[in-house]
Amino acid sequence: MDAKKLGARSVLYAAAGFFALFAALPFGWMILTIFKQNTDLYNPQYNPFLYNDPPTLGNIRLLLEDTQYLTFARNTLVVAILVVVITVVATVPAAYSLTRLAGRWGEGLGIGIFLVYLIPPTLLFIPLTRVVADLNVKNTIWAMVLVYPTFTIPFCTWLLMGFFKSIPWDIEEQAMIDGYSRLGAIWRTVIPVSVPGILTVVVFSVALTMHEFVYALAFVTSSNQKTISVGVTTELIRGDVFYWQALMAAAALVALPVALLYNLFLDRFIAGFTLGAVKG
Amino acid sequence: MAVIETRAITKRFGDGPAAVDGIDLASADGEFLVLLGPSGCGKTTLLRMIGGLEPPTSGDVLIGGRVVTGLPPRARKIAMVFQSYALYPHMSVYNNIAFPLKAAKLPKAEQEKKVAWAAGILGIDPYLQRKPRQLSGGQRQRVALARALVRDPNVFLLDEPLSNLDAQRRASARDELQGFQRQIGTTTIYVTHDQVEAMGMGDRIAVINQGTIRQLGTPREIYDEPADTFVATFLGSPPMNLVPRDDLLIGFRPEQFSPAAGASGAFTTFPFHVHREEYLGAERLVYGETGPTKVVARFPITADVPVETGRTYEFAVPDGDLKIFDAASGLRRPGGAPKLVLR
Repeated sequence: MDAKKLGARSVLYAAAGFFALFAALPFGWMILTIFKQNTDLYNPQYNPFLYNDPPTLGNIRLLLEDTQYLTFARNTLVVAILVVVITVVATVPAAYSLTRLAGRWGEGLGIGIFLVYLIPPTLLFIPLTRVVADLNVKNTIWAMVLVYPTFTIPFCTWLLMGFFKSIPWDIEEQAMIDGYSRLGAIWRTVIPVSVPGILTVVVFSVALTMHEFVYALAFVTSSNQKTISVGVTTELIRGDVFYWQALMAAAALVALPVALLYNLFLDRFIAGFTLGAVKG
Repeated sequence: MAVIETRAITKRFGDGPAAVDGIDLASADGEFLVLLGPSGCGKTTLLRMIGGLEPPTSGDVLIGGRVVTGLPPRARKIAMVFQSYALYPHMSVYNNIAFPLKAAKLPKAEQEKKVAWAAGILGIDPYLQRKPRQLSGGQRQRVALARALVRDPNVFLLDEPLSNLDAQRRASARDELQGFQRQIGTTTIYVTHDQVEAMGMGDRIAVINQGTIRQLGTPREIYDEPADTFVATFLGSPPMNLVPRDDLLIGFRPEQFSPAAGASGAFTTFPFHVHREEYLGAERLVYGETGPTKVVARFPITADVPVETGRTYEFAVPDGDLKIFDAASGLRRPGGAPKLVLR
């Protein structure tokens, strides 16, 4: 390798290293804070990057024992799973129809559906309050299961349409020639080839569901029905007292498994996108 | 084995002119029938209607004497090879070939036997565990053919299956494909825009333009006795010369155009003003004019015909090789060539 290449390489790695650090810093700060005692955290004389007092597990104990954190986590999980199922069941046929069956109207309709996503929840929660009340799901996790698909479905339909457009339709027609009905052909060719796209939908639905705050705050007040995003912020911020370490712990405990899960999927995305087209 | 027939089949997309305009076509049993035409002429649409992928606007498709117009593709017992080969990218070669057998719910043991048989015929046994993306173009084509073969179809429908191969590979693929069809003996409809493929492989050729069949016949009939000026100029490279005379067009092939001095029997002469000569190895093409009309002459390299650019020679065509067309309709005038008085 000559010097010029080496130089270009080191610039690349320096830039990549900088952004990796930039992205990791909040996460590192969060982990550091979790184990700090109050006396350590709040003393401005101390070096904030070090443990000046011995680290403690007390903050995690506070989170797990004095709040209903495990209930929040379970609620979040249940809501996320149900929303993902609803979203996938609705978006796959919707995106398929819009790309394959709706002809030249499909594109416009798809954009129209996406526009719905752009209406902010801070406006939409007002009319949706009536819907939630009339359906008698107020103050239960079912309010969120019902409402969250209103933003996951438009976004994911649009996402999946882009993906479906890249699928060579020949294989579906070939499957129909080879002896399957249209539905059978979709199930055996379009769906398996779309797995990376569907995984993307799953990831986005989970992410959108987990960080949603406004609807959860507006529709749920009982502690045992809250999700993590609204649960920890309402239970660990008491007036002007912030339980910083416990808040950090609450975030880290969900962030870690989610990050690992995404990483698993990441390999699938890359494998999927380089799957090799049907072209000769 | 079956005969394919279309009756007054028409396809219209939107308000435009018909893509396929009332085509009546019948194959013979076991025949290799080529649909030949320029791109956009409707040949692929016709094939897709036969396959059931496109519903006709009107008219019927018959396979083996049975009307199948309303039936979905799976009920027609056909096999199709797409231009892209349409291999299932997520399946191994083995599963690609076994796919139609799974659809037919054949027992596993029988599936294995059939896949092995088809893979053997096409010489792809070593790749059965690979994915399509790990194959070359020629190998993919053979996988697509094997998948078409295993289900023992009534009919093969092939949509430009050689167009993704490079020129060298195409010649051998043509040979393989035709040999394969002869061996299997299944009625085959083959769509192409390549006249060399059509002439070399077809038992009969249907020349299609603007949604209608211009002529249906053996390669020899199509080449020697074109039904109209479209067929006359679409086939042959360079195409047939057409020289206007009053309300007629006089057609003759470049290889039948030679110096009058060497001609014998009844012939018609043309003045030939030479512009340019092309040396192509096995043959020579001589470009020039007769009167205001551009014409081409073709000589095998073995023929000793000295011509110089810029000079005018007297060339002739045997009367039997003159094809007379109506200038207005482009249709061939029936009967032999009338005795021409040429200026």
